[in-house]
Amino acid sequence: MEEYMEREDIIKKLESDLKNVKTKNDLQNVKAAYLGKNGIVTNLSLKMKEIPNEEKREYGKFLNLIKEEVTTKLESMESELEKNLLEEKLNEEKIDITLPSRKKLKGSIHPMTRVVEELEDLFVSMGYDVISGPEIDTDMNSFTKLNLPEGHPARDAQDTFYLDKDYLLRPHTSPAQVRTMEANKEKTPLRIVCPGKVYRRDDDATHSHQFMQFEGLVVGEDISLADLKGTLELFAKKLLGEKTNVRFRPSYFPFTEPSCEVDVTCFKCGGKGCSLCKQTGWIEVLGAGVVHPNVLRMSGYDPDKYTGFAFGPGIDRFAMFKYGITDIRQIYTNDIRFLEQFDRKDVD
Amino acid sequence: MKLSTKFLKDYVDVPVDYQELADRMTSIGNEYDSCEPLINATDLVIGKVLECKMHPDSDHLHVTLVDIGSEKLQIVCGAPNVREGIKVIVAKPGAVLPEITIKKSNIRGVESNGMLCALFELGLDKKYLHEEDINGICILGDDAKVGDDPIKYLGLDDEVIDFELTSNRGDLLSILGMAYEVGALYGNEVKDIDIGYKEEGEDINKSFKVKVSTKDCTMFLAKSVKDVVIKESPDFIKTRLIASGIRPINNVVDISNFVMLETGQPLHFYDADTLNGELEVRNSKENEKLTTLDKTTRTLSSEDIVIASHGKAIGLAGVMGGLETEITEKTKNIMIESAIFNNVKIRQTSKRILRSEASNRFEKGLDPKRTYLAIERCCNLLEKYADAKVQTGLVIYDHENKDDKEIEVTFDKINKVLGLEVPHDEVIKILENLKFKVTVKKDTLKVLVPSRRIDITIKEDLIEEVGRFYGLENIVGKLPTVPLKPGKFNKTYREIKHKMANLGLNECLSYALIRESEFPLFQTEVKEMVKVLDPMTDEHAVMRYSLLASLMNIYTYNKSRGINDIHIFEMGNGFYKEDTEYKEEMKLAALLSGEYKIGFETIKFNFYDIKGILEDLLDYLGYKDRYTLVIKDIPKELHPYQSASIVVNGKEIGIIGKINPAFNKDDIYVLEISINKLLENRVKGIQVSEISKYPTILKDVAFILDKDIVASDVSKEIKRLGGKLLRDVQIFDCYEGDKIDSNKKSLAFKLTFNDMNRTLTDEEVMEIFEKIISGIETKFKSQVRDK
Repeated sequence: MEEYMEREDIIKKLESDLKNVKTKNDLQNVKAAYLGKNGIVTNLSLKMKEIPNEEKREYGKFLNLIKEEVTTKLESMESELEKNLLEEKLNEEKIDITLPSRKKLKGSIHPMTRVVEELEDLFVSMGYDVISGPEIDTDMNSFTKLNLPEGHPARDAQDTFYLDKDYLLRPHTSPAQVRTMEANKEKTPLRIVCPGKVYRRDDDATHSHQFMQFEGLVVGEDISLADLKGTLELFAKKLLGEKTNVRFRPSYFPFTEPSCEVDVTCFKCGGKGCSLCKQTGWIEVLGAGVVHPNVLRMSGYDPDKYTGFAFGPGIDRFAMFKYGITDIRQIYTNDIRFLEQFDRKDVD
Repeated sequence: MKLSTKFLKDYVDVPVDYQELADRMTSIGNEYDSCEPLINATDLVIGKVLECKMHPDSDHLHVTLVDIGSEKLQIVCGAPNVREGIKVIVAKPGAVLPEITIKKSNIRGVESNGMLCALFELGLDKKYLHEEDINGICILGDDAKVGDDPIKYLGLDDEVIDFELTSNRGDLLSILGMAYEVGALYGNEVKDIDIGYKEEGEDINKSFKVKVSTKDCTMFLAKSVKDVVIKESPDFIKTRLIASGIRPINNVVDISNFVMLETGQPLHFYDADTLNGELEVRNSKENEKLTTLDKTTRTLSSEDIVIASHGKAIGLAGVMGGLETEITEKTKNIMIESAIFNNVKIRQTSKRILRSEASNRFEKGLDPKRTYLAIERCCNLLEKYADAKVQTGLVIYDHENKDDKEIEVTFDKINKVLGLEVPHDEVIKILENLKFKVTVKKDTLKVLVPSRRIDITIKEDLIEEVGRFYGLENIVGKLPTVPLKPGKFNKTYREIKHKMANLGLNECLSYALIRESEFPLFQTEVKEMVKVLDPMTDEHAVMRYSLLASLMNIYTYNKSRGINDIHIFEMGNGFYKEDTEYKEEMKLAALLSGEYKIGFETIKFNFYDIKGILEDLLDYLGYKDRYTLVIKDIPKELHPYQSASIVVNGKEIGIIGKINPAFNKDDIYVLEISINKLLENRVKGIQVSEISKYPTILKDVAFILDKDIVASDVSKEIKRLGGKLLRDVQIFDCYEGDKIDSNKKSLAFKLTFNDMNRTLTDEEVMEIFEKIISGIETKFKSQVRDK
């Protein structure tokens, strides 16, 4: 009987062969040397027929054992190899993650647009319609129908850019009130806001001849100064912070009666008193009031049935406060270094 | 309006100090600008100069010994009018004057313990002072008591609140008006004004006639006083005028101003001897000439109102008197005018010629009752302080209604408008404190408002009175109780802005008013411009049509500050005029220049960047495949071969391209579209199309073409040839260079084939592919590259 290798020897040899395996190819060769045609294990099984019958059972057991052992060793070698290869590949792909990223060009939304949008969203959520009126309007819509007849002393206060005797650049967004009330043929209750550019013959460090106003008008039954106050409180808290309070002082505007100046808690000092609020703790931010019955009447609303309130703040200074802008002219200068700072979302 | 608190207290008791008064007045709607004592100085005392010697080491300084009651001080004084025996104002060491703080000092070797003061050193403006008070120290009267307060002695112990009144409160431009307002605040009575005087001689109506021949004068009263003695006014008049900001001149002029301050009624005094028995009020003739008090000859218009005598204009009604009839040192007899003119006319005239204390009051409207009161008060004062003899009778032209106005309002309405619960008795008290007559019938108040409150005509005015005295601060805010409904809001403009920002552009906001020379820029057919009648500066004279003019200015501004990489946009109206109609059109403009970086790659902006922005925006708005670029109507500011018109559904909506180097030599790329015109093209909502379950087949091909052939024509032809199985055509490369002829370019296309219902075979795709290739080769005389 021909000598054959003991099981231990085969495994020893396999282990030593596997030690030299570096690549998948090497492994393939080893595999062939054991399990392939003419392989050590294959040859052993071929010998089965030479084994005497009474020993066949024992030999078969021995063969299975050795096959299993060889296969396991080869498989574990294979998975180790793959692991090494992956490791190698990962290692090769190592990068410096601190290098600059690849990103698209960044744009920005202008601070005034941001303030307008914030206010639009607030009022739309309360059921107000957002409307826009023309920037060139008539003297009639801008003054006469707002209870400022020709020769009215309050017309002086609004030094207006006229285009001819009838047309002008709107000095306030209030013509939107007239236009909306007139357009509403059913003369039903209204809730509108109208943001937009307005123009006045006024230009210095704190005024610009063009600025943004945000008109509001509510017409309905039993609309009162308390409703106005509650609405403006929301407005002020939204833009200037929850701690902001609102104060009414009686005043005079031809389009409202009663009229009031509206002060808010000084946004610089929080009401303690500082140079901005002249130690009063308050800053005057807008004029408002109960819509004058003449204004309602001229636009076809019955002042005995309806009342309303209107307000019309210039909102440039809100933007200035919100974003810490110190000079109103920056808003209209469009220095890229200024604009670029508005490339992110506002804080909710 | 400068309110002297001392003057106010002549007519009403004020239970608080001036600062509190000013604050309370603000809370009821009368804001103030400033509020301070008339004289801001401390540690002043009346002294008597006991000795006055020349300073040993000076040719103009004196060394004085001054008794101030508590002690005797040695004080060095430089004033030329200092002498022994006079009573003076002494600022003791430690005194704080508006300009200086007084300290013990040594003046050229002599100790000086204080200062003898001139009036201007106490802060009185020199315009109020006599020559001798400007050049020297103030010499007090013999009755001044050593050790007393000199400010009190001089009657300058006053405070001034400078109010910024609202334009409806003309009534507050008078001490009496202020007294009623303050009286209402504290529930105090307004004291009577002294108007008593004697009359003598024959009735003035017999010898003097007033004719009013214009509807712009509704009231004209004239009264004659004789034998006036012109001299200095008594101190109480002078100090009240000074505190009110008016320069004292002489007793007669001062009295006219004083009465105006008291009553709000401007008065005019004529030298009666220059009038020859008559006055006429009429509209001016066109170009009529008048020399006014300030010795200026004015050319008038027919809109002005004049006072004339014997046909000749002698005064500009409500604004300024004439030089010929003015009161002089020699005037003996005076004709007093107290009148009401059309406030709008006065406003126009004064705006053109001169704003004065008088015109300001006429503009805001007057109380016709005060027109009488003022003239009587004048007579009272002239008799007392100018030794005048008042002539019997008053010349009257009066078409004014002086009745109280009756207004009805319910308690319910008051509270509903204010959003308050003001108790009924509180409402009545407030109105009665204002000296309105109130009767209550059930829920209704009947209120009689006196003629002095010209601002109150309707119930809402009364509601405001209740509100401001009750305190608007008592209103508790709430939200309107209204039916729920969604707010209507078209977000398209906002979405466009945000899309542009997401595409990497910075939003700008610039002025719509631009230079006239900038208006025609970026227009092929220049529109009629919208011009402001009275621009503030040339820089802001006309309304822009193209926003690109503004973006170019922004470009230049930033470039000059060293910023070269600029990517900006603006959205706003463009304005023009068409057939006398003003038009505004919402526009969007964008500008790119310089370069941008993606990682380490630096990319210079070129035409395809701005084109990409345009396409991204239009695709986003739903116009995919509905726009083309057409090379026509390119304004001269754009490069003729790198620009185009943007056409959507056959209509031009804007321009895109490079700035013409003749206009600006930098590489700048711009676009401008009319958002209004774009949005006229309706867009359908998103409706998903079915996705094919079968595989797609891709084919690449490159053609060598003449340079002048445009890529879009080739794409279009490929699509036509490919039929419905060709789903998509993309251009993925364009090559010009050494590898091909210099007049050629190579365009590479990626073609996508697919069918919704089955798997395509290679053979059928190849058949279409070959057809495309031969079709393109024939049509464009091209050949396939590297075939």
